[in-house]
Amino acid sequence: MSRLSVRKTYKLYIGGAFPRSESGRTYPVTDAEGAFVANAARASRKDVRDAVVAASRAFSGWAGRTGYNRGQILYRAAEMLEARREEFGLPLDEVDAAVDRFVWYAGWADKYAQVVGATNPVSGPYLNLSTPEPTGVVGVLAPSGLLGLVSVIAPVITTGNTCVVVAPDAVEAITLAEVLATSDLPGGVVNVLTGQAAELGSWLASHEEVRGLDLTGAEGEQAVEWEGLAAANLKRVRRPDPAEDWPAEPALARLTTFVETKTVWHPIGV
Amino acid sequence: MFEYAPAPESRDVVALRDSYGLFIDGEFTDGGGVFKTVNPADEEVLAEVASADSADVDRAVAAARRAFDTVWGSMPGRERGKYLFRIARILQERAREFAVLESLDNGKPIRESRDIDLPLVAAHFFYYAGWADKLSYAGLGGARPLGVAGQVIPWNFPLLMLAWKIAPALATGNTVVLKPAETTPLTALLFAEVCQQAELPPGVVNIVTGAGETGRALVAHPGVDKVAFTGSTEVGREIARAVAGSSKRLTLELGGKAANIVFDDAPVDQAVEGIVDGIFFNQGHVCCAGSRLLVQESVADEVLSSLRRRMSTLRVGDPLDKNTDVGAINSAEQLAKIRELSDIGEAEGATRWSPSCSLPDRGFWFAPTVFTGVSQAHRIAREEVFGPVLSVLTFRTPAEAVEKANNTPYGLSAGIWTEKGSRILWMADKLRAGVVWANTFNKFDPASPFGGYKESGYGREGGRHGLEAYVK
Repeated sequence: MSRLSVRKTYKLYIGGAFPRSESGRTYPVTDAEGAFVANAARASRKDVRDAVVAASRAFSGWAGRTGYNRGQILYRAAEMLEARREEFGLPLDEVDAAVDRFVWYAGWADKYAQVVGATNPVSGPYLNLSTPEPTGVVGVLAPSGLLGLVSVIAPVITTGNTCVVVAPDAVEAITLAEVLATSDLPGGVVNVLTGQAAELGSWLASHEEVRGLDLTGAEGEQAVEWEGLAAANLKRVRRPDPAEDWPAEPALARLTTFVETKTVWHPIGV
Repeated sequence: MFEYAPAPESRDVVALRDSYGLFIDGEFTDGGGVFKTVNPADEEVLAEVASADSADVDRAVAAARRAFDTVWGSMPGRERGKYLFRIARILQERAREFAVLESLDNGKPIRESRDIDLPLVAAHFFYYAGWADKLSYAGLGGARPLGVAGQVIPWNFPLLMLAWKIAPALATGNTVVLKPAETTPLTALLFAEVCQQAELPPGVVNIVTGAGETGRALVAHPGVDKVAFTGSTEVGREIARAVAGSSKRLTLELGGKAANIVFDDAPVDQAVEGIVDGIFFNQGHVCCAGSRLLVQESVADEVLSSLRRRMSTLRVGDPLDKNTDVGAINSAEQLAKIRELSDIGEAEGATRWSPSCSLPDRGFWFAPTVFTGVSQAHRIAREEVFGPVLSVLTFRTPAEAVEKANNTPYGLSAGIWTEKGSRILWMADKLRAGVVWANTFNKFDPASPFGGYKESGYGREGGRHGLEAYVK
């Protein structure tokens, strides 16, 4: 008799743990041929709130790490992803592109401040420095595909933000969450929710503790509605771009959408 | 204390007209309506000003689009830059005229309009003039202009906010439709004459005066590619909702409730000067005003008695007197708001104090005021007063100071006063604010980015960062 395989249960990823949805709901995930793969967790409003709490708690610690350390951890994520490239059930070159994307951002963690910061030559006896800082908790409506998923998460956390990600592809998203959970990334820095974006997006967009909203994976009317909701606490918003070329080398804009510029003045010679 | 003799600045340098039109496509034209602008120091009607309705806004946006398509958007940067240099020079030549008009229309002391506003206005045009032909060095990719910028500015620094908006927009190749505040339209209209003297091509800069409706029409106009707004957080939210789902780019410079933090090792006299500058500069009509004083408990009595003594020397009165420190509140409406919040401060149990000073009979006036015994829950500690009203809270440890300073939905600015360098750097790192002044306050410079965290808005103005809002 042949061996019966042990199937994986796909749960949410919140605060470094893998809970089921608070609502107890699931939805079936099928493969390209329509065969059953798993019952994935269908996140609820309460899961959104729990994930935001986790992301919020993780923020000061993550933002306070050195860029060097964040870069090391992102590179570690690339290592773990490389080691698990078979698990996604995707063509390997797709996974490889995602690995390389982590590596690309890993290198930015301790460099972007030099590129986008400045010493400003003001007309007076002052030292005047501008440095980028993370915004806080960023809500991410992820696009489908592993490369897309990594391409929206990596820049947000590279700069020290934490995030709550609503991901359309449960298997890829939770497998990636398992990669992150084993990569020295502190719990709560990335939180992954699977389920229906249409059901979760408005809670994320209107949450007071969420400081930024990446609508990359949001569709037409919903993107408009959620951008409107984001105005309540003046979230920084990135609008969807249907023409986005995922394999191309990313522009700096994904790194800088969710950073603030802090300018510090001090007198000289007094 | 001795009294200074009055030293009034002459009004003769300004030729006020009875009425002013809209500035569209290089010409002054009538608008759909009219309104009056008054001198807040004596309630004298200064002039009648055209009010732009949606048809006028249509005309202005069409003119800006035409100018963008036919001349400005494709002009080499070095030529655009020369226009900006011309404008900067003309502003310097006519600085006194602008300063007097600004003080008449706004109520700010001539000492400030002459020595702070106008030099900074010219400096902004000079700074961005030099960027026009160097955009490829700004690290912003292709740095192509967006098109037509719709810009709405407030009444607290009418001409300076115009410069902050127009200079980077033009340097990057955009054309502009700007709406000044309804209580302070005059210097923007005088600026239109500067554009004519500089022979700026028609339609590159358009000025549409009016109230909220004009602003809404401009922000919502489908021909506008970029919206830039400075003003209240409430209106900022409304604008963010209005542009949601459009392709318009948006930057917002909104309210603040800045903490000015004084440690026990700070030099008291310097800190007191900084506190006074932080809250009484420009009558406190400053979005980054240091309106929450956080003073370390051990030196609170000493700092406060020194502050009261210093406040007693502030001269409140005629904005055109060169000895005046604190001018008029910009409008009756703003005065009512300041009075209301101050009354609430008293009603909630805080202790109110003002130096004895006689205020003029006519006009809108409010004496410099300090509230002590304020708690974090008090409305005067949470809401932006936008007037010469300081709330004082105390703290014991640096961590408590950080906690209290950050306990606000705003995040525009903060001040730190201490002799200890490592503490300055630690505090500056922890404070969630876009501008941190250490051992100084309310310093501005075109080379320096300015803008807020959280509900103080998004985007930065000034410096290389300020270009980003106007390019794709």
